[in-house]
Amino acid sequence: MIRVRAKKKLHTSDGPMELDVCFESGVGEFVTLFGKSGAGKTTILRMMAGLSEPEEGYIEVSKEVWFDSRKKINWPVQKRSIGFVFQEHNLFPNMTVEENLHFALQDKKDAGMIEALLEAVHLTEFQRRRPAQLSSGQKQRVALIRALLRKPKVLLLDEPFVSQDLELRLKLQEEMLDIYKRHNASVIFVSHDFSEIFKLSDRILVLDKGRIQKSGRPDEIFAAQTISGKFKFPGVIVDMRQEDFLYIVTVQIGNNLTKVVAAENEVRGLSTGDHVLVAAKAFNPIILKAFPKENQKT
Amino acid sequence: MKFDFGPLVLTFQLAFATTAILVAAGIPLAYWLAVSRRSWKSLIEPLVSMPLILPPTVLGFYLLLLFSPSTGVGRFLENVVHVRIPFTFLGLVIGSVLFSLPFMVNPLKAGFQNFPSSLREAAYTLGKTEKETLFKVILPNIKPALWTGIVMSFAHTIGEFGVVLMIGGNIPGETRVASIAIFNEVEALKYAEAHIYSGILIMISFSILFALNLVNKRGQ
Repeated sequence: MIRVRAKKKLHTSDGPMELDVCFESGVGEFVTLFGKSGAGKTTILRMMAGLSEPEEGYIEVSKEVWFDSRKKINWPVQKRSIGFVFQEHNLFPNMTVEENLHFALQDKKDAGMIEALLEAVHLTEFQRRRPAQLSSGQKQRVALIRALLRKPKVLLLDEPFVSQDLELRLKLQEEMLDIYKRHNASVIFVSHDFSEIFKLSDRILVLDKGRIQKSGRPDEIFAAQTISGKFKFPGVIVDMRQEDFLYIVTVQIGNNLTKVVAAENEVRGLSTGDHVLVAAKAFNPIILKAFPKENQKT
Repeated sequence: MKFDFGPLVLTFQLAFATTAILVAAGIPLAYWLAVSRRSWKSLIEPLVSMPLILPPTVLGFYLLLLFSPSTGVGRFLENVVHVRIPFTFLGLVIGSVLFSLPFMVNPLKAGFQNFPSSLREAAYTLGKTEKETLFKVILPNIKPALWTGIVMSFAHTIGEFGVVLMIGGNIPGETRVASIAIFNEVEALKYAEAHIYSGILIMISFSILFALNLVNKRGQ
């Protein structure tokens, strides 16, 4: 069980903002903090990790109180059982892959984990290389498994896939989800990528202007609840063209481009770059905006 | 002509001792200067760099006075600890360490400051202490800065004159280092000996800087 209550004044590009959040998460739950950049997502992770200090608040993980402003408790980063994956891989350039992983071990008896994890992410033959000799996807994979070697109570992932291209991102996500579920790790995940969190999260906290505006299962948060689609895919509009009386909307769903025919009233308010859901009712696919404007990725 | 290699040997003994002490003291000091947010840090920083602009004779003069057996500190050292500093090799080492301090601390400090804080934080999130992070993550990644500090301190100590002369004097076998020996020979109009000492120092200085460039190029 994780309990977080935190207040902190932030200086964002839009001026000062007060971050004021409160949430809980269960063991093994995959919780996503979703919101625009500057909404305070990364700060929440950093406060949980002890890299940043709330002005007021309370952080508890598995019955250990890591931070309590009233009782003046503030555990140092090192003492908090976390695995942190940053946007940039942050591997140590002076160490090989294997050395990076060994360095992360809390208990040298766990060294056996290294081999298994390297195999799980298909990097066994790269273990003697230095980070500079790896592709960006390989580096991020090493970082993702390095975070597990301490056997942390909670994994904090700060947009770990953001610098990867789409194809790689999808593959990495699947691998990671699989590994993290197997290790029964609680995950707090930060992202502003709509399709990514739809797939990964058990629960989503929508963060805006420093507050949690909504919380719930992915389909509760994003889907327009009114439709009972046979299928629903989240995607992004890449192109819209008018042909005679109809519109052809090209939507990128994962790796695929899908063309959806839509009437003029359906495309009203849609534009290229919008996040949408492509859903099928009884017969033809319909297309509609995924979630209200204020949550759109800009 | 009988050529005395003693001053050259002494010069290198002094340079090695000074550099070793500066590595041990300079790393923690430079790290502290790079990461500390204390306000009185701004008083320490100019003190560390002062030997860069201060005439060496000023430093030597005050060290001489400080450690002179006629003052409190000097008397204490002489009577209680039984150590004498003026006109001894130990005095040379103390003077050189202070005088070469910026050559070790400033490159290291810049190295620490330019080291990405995200990598430091990554080590902390893996449960590593500040000390472990410093020695296993930060220092191995700023080797060029460390090498620059070591080589510059070493080379600078070889080239020292003013401080050494003030606090050490010109005692053969004890404090007469190469730079002072040259002065001595020239004063005695023995140009041949002065040429030998000077030539050796020129070659050594060049080779040291040449090697440093090679090392740093490889590190990039």
